[in-house]
Parts: sequence; C-alpha cells; structure tokens
Amino acid sequence: MRGFTTLFGKEVLRFWKVSFQTLLAPLVSTLLYMLVFAQVLDSHAEIYSGVSYREFLVPGLAMMAMLQNSFSNTSSSLIQSKLTGNIVFILLPPLSPFEIFAAYVLAAMVRGFAVGACVWIASLIFFPHFPAHPFELLVFALLGNALAAVLGLLAGIWSEKFDQLAAFQNFLIVPLTFLAGVFYSIHSLPPLWRDISRFNPFLYMIDGFRHGFFGVSDIAPLESFVIVAGCAFALSWLSLSLLSRGWRLRN
Amino acid sequence: MTEPIVIRKGRPGFDGAAITVRGAKKSFGKFEAIKSLDLEVKQGEFFALLGPNGAGKTTLISLLAGLARADAGELSILGFDVNKEYRQARRAVGVVPQELVFDPFFTVRETLRLQSGYFGIRPDPKWIDELLENLQLRDKADSNMRSLSGGMKRRVLVAQALVHRPAVLILDEPTAGVDVELRQTLWKFIRRLNDEGMTILLTTHYLEEAQTLCNRVAMMKAGQIIALDTTQNLLAHHSRPSLTLSLDQGKALPAALMARATSLPAGRFRLGLEDFAEVEQILASCRSEGLEIKELEVGQADLEEVFVRIMRDTPR
Ligand SMILES: Nc1ncnc2c1ncn2[C@@H]1O[C@H](COP(=O)(O)OP(=O)(O)OP(=O)(O)O)[C@@H](O)[C@H]1O
Ligand SMILES: [Mg+2]
Repeated sequence: MRGFTTLFGKEVLRFWKVSFQTLLAPLVSTLLYMLVFAQVLDSHAEIYSGVSYREFLVPGLAMMAMLQNSFSNTSSSLIQSKLTGNIVFILLPPLSPFEIFAAYVLAAMVRGFAVGACVWIASLIFFPHFPAHPFELLVFALLGNALAAVLGLLAGIWSEKFDQLAAFQNFLIVPLTFLAGVFYSIHSLPPLWRDISRFNPFLYMIDGFRHGFFGVSDIAPLESFVIVAGCAFALSWLSLSLLSRGWRLRN
Repeated sequence: MTEPIVIRKGRPGFDGAAITVRGAKKSFGKFEAIKSLDLEVKQGEFFALLGPNGAGKTTLISLLAGLARADAGELSILGFDVNKEYRQARRAVGVVPQELVFDPFFTVRETLRLQSGYFGIRPDPKWIDELLENLQLRDKADSNMRSLSGGMKRRVLVAQALVHRPAVLILDEPTAGVDVELRQTLWKFIRRLNDEGMTILLTTHYLEEAQTLCNRVAMMKAGQIIALDTTQNLLAHHSRPSLTLSLDQGKALPAALMARATSLPAGRFRLGLEDFAEVEQILASCRSEGLEIKELEVGQADLEEVFVRIMRDTPR
C-alpha cells in the first residue's frame, strides 16, 4: 500500500511543482475560449430552450480541459521517465502492475479535477449557475478523467519518442475532443456526421456531463454512462494487461 | 560510525544461493545477447562479473532485476523467482544501474525518501543519513538532483539501491566517473556492507578493483560465461609474472624477444615470464645487441592480464 501511496504522491507532486504550467495555463486558455466564443457567438439561437450558447459552452469546455489535462499528466510523466531512464526507479521496486496503474491514473485524475474545478469557479464570472444534477456531474467527471488518464497511460507506454506521443495527442485526442460536441449540439450536424460522431466515446462524456449541468442533453444519460464506463473499463483492462506483461517497459 | 550496519542477512532458513541463473537466454530481435547462461553467486560473496563492452553484463543484470524478461531459463534471488515471486525477489535486491539516471524534480533526500516508499517501507531518516554520510553526500542532501555533478549522481544511485537494506547488491559499473578519493570511500563502505553479510555482484572495467575486492570472478564474452573461478585460482592459473623494459625511443628488442613482447607506449615492452630466472637470459640477450636498458620492472600477475589472455584465447 505504501508503494502505491508514494507513487501517487510523487505523481501529484510532479504536476503541483509546475502548477503554473499544469493548472494555470489550461485555466487561462479555457477562459479565453469562453470569452471569445461567448462574445462572438452568443447571438446564436439557443441550443436547448432556456440555455444560452454561453452557458452551453461551459460544461463542454470544462470537460475538454479536464480530459486534456488528465491525458497529458499520465502520458507526459511516463514518456519523460522513459526517455530520461528514471523509469527504472519505478520498475526496480516491488510495485505491482495494479499499484503502478492506480497511482498514475488517480494522480492524473486529481489534476483533471483541479483544472475542472478552477474552470467552473472562473466561469461563475460569466454567469452564475449551479449544476442541476451535481452527483451525475461528478460521476461523468470521474469517468471522463479516468478514461483520459488511462488513454494517456497507454499512449505513454506505447510511445518511444516524443513525436509519437505528440501524434497520438494531435491526431487522436484533440480531434476526438473537438468533435465531441464541445461547441455544438450533434443535432445541428448533418445526419452522416451525426452517425459518425456516435462512435466517439468523448461525445458521451461531454453530453452526460452537460446533462449533469442543465438536465438536458442529446443522448440519454444512462446510455452515455454505460458507454463511457464500458470504455473506461476496457481500456483499464488493456493497460493492466500490458503493464503485467511489461510491454515496452521491461525489455 | 562504529555502530554495525543492520542489513537483511538474506532469507531466514534459506541457505541456498543469493543469485541463481539457470539456462537464461535473451535475444533482441535476432541478436542473442545472452546465450543459455548458468551462474550461481553464494550468499555473502563479493562477486565480479567482467567482460568487454557488449558482453551482456547489463543485460544479465536487467534480467535479474526484472527490468527485462528472459526468453528462457530461471532466475532467482535468494530462491525467489524473479517473475513469479517478483515482490520478494525485488525486495531482496538493490541495483545500481549503469546509466546515470535521476529525476530532476527532486532533491537528494526527497529521492531517497521516495525510493524507500516505492519499496513499501517508511523512510528511515537515520539510515538515509548514514547513507548520505558514507557516500559523502551530506552537504548535498537538500540540493536538487539536477545541480549535482556526474559522480555525485552516481553516488545517489548507490544510496537509492541501498534504502531498503537489500540482502543482495548489484553494482553495474558504480565507479565510472567517480574520482579517486570517492572511489576509495565507496569501496570502504561497500566492503563494510559485505562484511555485514550483504552479497555483492559487481561489474567494472577497472580490473584492479575486481582483483582487490572480489573473491570470485566470472568473465563474460558474447553472452556467455567463459571463465569462472576464485580470483586466486584465476591469477595462479592464467597469469605469469612479467618483465617490462624501457629502451631509447625508436629502439626495438632483439628479434627473438620482440616476437613474444607486447609493445607499450614510450618505448616500453612487456614480456611474460615462465619463471624469474628468465630475467637473466633476457638481459643478456639485450646486452649482446648493445641495447641500453633505461628502466626495468618485474611485475606480479594481475587480473587485467588474465582477462586479456582469456578474452584473446576464446573465440567468439
Ligand atoms: N534494448 C536493446 N536492444 C537491442 N540490443 C540491445 C539492447 N540492450 C542491449 N543490447 C545489445 O546486447 C549486447 C549486450 O549489451 P550489454 O549492455 O548487456 O553489454 P555490457 O556487457 O553491459 O557492456 P558494457 O560494458 O558496455 O556496459 C550489446 O551488443 C547490445 O548492443
Ligand atoms: Mg553494461
């Protein structure tokens, strides 16, 4: 247990020591999005009745910031350790694959939550609000952060160079988050794109999260929950089995 | 400082080998880095693993430490299989890696506290202080790892390998880049640990270190062990005394002697001797050609010579 808590603590400390970059920077960029999009596009029709575009944006942007930060915490920590070689400090001790998995993923989730909380608090400046279903909101935030953290872990394990990780991020994570309905409702898409979007697990995270905020969404929250939880479970299982085999880490 | 160091003396009730390797194999793609290797290091030994660059020493250590998986064979530390009982095996061993690695986020003390935690133990400030003291890192304890010199980083790696008081310590070229004085204090400390019962496995390219410290030596070449014996036996069986002569620059030994001599820099030549009586004949033959001998030195057998000879005589 101490092995796990130490590794978890170290991972939290790692981003905390550079919180300017890991917490403040994402907060600032998310607020810029809010400012610009909300100013330019607020005249747009309401997406859901009673929800202005500016309000609509908040949960999507908060979730996007959380996902990107959880992802980048696990992935950048792992790739840095692999490239500098100090991954041996984690591979030599008697840490089990599960301890390693849990420590990395939970620490990334802490960062995701911290960023999400900051974004939400700051968004109160734009408009005061309180989530319709706080518990639901929390569940989706939890699952979303976990899924992104696990994806980051997989990307970190798989990558052998920085540019491979960057490719993973730029060609998979960023498009999936941007196309997950952060800035629009999928009902505003042409039917083909709407059907394609249905294969994007990030869509369900953001949509479910938004339901927690407003009590309205494109997809039934239970459906979103099942899909997101299923993906998180499957990817966790995959990363645990890769860690147990030592794939790309112990060779 | 006079207090004895408390280390885990191994595994209670277990009197087998500290390190056992049976039929270990490891390939990287088509290249066989380790070719069916057997090795046993007894508890309490100070054991040297020698070999030229690329012989497979680090690969073997990685297999033992669980940093890589063997393709075949069994490896165990104090009887604990390194894969099936990896928790016990890893708790029993401390490894100083060959590469100078460090985490730039932390200070020396933080690094040691973290490493204790990873091993599942509460950081022991007394033991950490003792390690810092013995490795002469006390005044660097609160410096960031980034600010340390190479030799200091190497010593932190040694301390990290020892935080959990392992029964077996594996050192992969621990003295590379460490200055003379610190090399001596490092060896004094490691020797003390060995006296207290810690098993030491050492790789080094400084053969005089291995000769003075180690009771047994294994020599590796191309993924295989080609010689394995006590240091004494290796010296007695493979090494002869030698005679080193200095001549004027540009001068050569008489042809008959030249054929069996090794040329050294600055007009020096080394000749292996069957016995000391040969010295007289060699000098006589030089004198008969009118060669002036400027310096003369009779050398005792050393491990370096044994090493060179064994490597040369063993085909790939
Ligand atoms: N990850 C790897 N991928 C491919 N080849 C490797 C890998 N690791 C080691 N090798 C090869 O295996 C051989 C043995 O390497 P190893 O590092 O074990 O040698 P060594 O005896 O420790 O040498 P040195 O004295 O230089 O440290 C070398 O030919 C090396 O190129
Ligand atoms: Mg090596």
